[in-house]
Amino acid sequence: MSASARPLSPFTTIYRWQIQMVTSIVHRITGVALAFGTILLCVALLALASGPDAFASVRAFCASWPGLVLLFGWSWALSFHLLNGIRHLLQDVGMGFTIAQFVRNSWIAMIGSFALTALLWAFVFAQGGVV
Amino acid sequence: MNEQYRTPLKVATGLGSAKHGVQHFMAQRLTALALALLSVWFIWLVLKMLHLDYAAAHALVAQPWNAILMLAFVIAVFWHAQLGLQVVVEDYVHTHGWQLALQIAIKFLCFLGAAASVFAILRIALGH
Repeated sequence: MSASARPLSPFTTIYRWQIQMVTSIVHRITGVALAFGTILLCVALLALASGPDAFASVRAFCASWPGLVLLFGWSWALSFHLLNGIRHLLQDVGMGFTIAQFVRNSWIAMIGSFALTALLWAFVFAQGGVV
Repeated sequence: MNEQYRTPLKVATGLGSAKHGVQHFMAQRLTALALALLSVWFIWLVLKMLHLDYAAAHALVAQPWNAILMLAFVIAVFWHAQLGLQVVVEDYVHTHGWQLALQIAIKFLCFLGAAASVFAILRIALGH
């Protein structure tokens, strides 16, 4: 039997949105996005290994508008996945398990990710931008 | 253990636990911990490379410590990505054929990505 006929838990349509739900689903989305982002890392390393021309092409892509949008998105995805991942690791060793701590730490991960991204790009533009 | 808690299948097969129940969980946490530490170094390296020309960027990654940490980073990244994508597919893809095809594709692509990255780093570090 195709399992797609199974009833699903009605989570998004019934429950009021809470920050813990947001951080949970965003952790997955950023994780998948970062997995695709590693393709650029792999390409950049191969370009650096193969020569100046290939490296210049990767640089040019990073400085283009699509490249900048992707880099900006991935820098936020990395910031969020890193901070929220640290929250998960702390929970895995038994820390932060009251509801109040869940809510507070989820907000710290979310707001912290925007702060970290802003900090990174402030540094990049202070250095004169990408390339 | 009280026999009444065992399913008929379990009694019939006579097999115990596979003993690998927490392997995926532990590998995901271990690579996460490694990446949490390595990410700090990685961000530092990328920011440092911003305005370097090709030769200087090449020399920076070729430095032994940077090459070693980059190897650790790409292996942990692709391993962690495979573990995470596996769970996402398990949770949202409920058709057996697609599930199998996607899991195989994810494993193959993550291994290829890791192999290509390792090859590139070694070529940079050992000269060409």
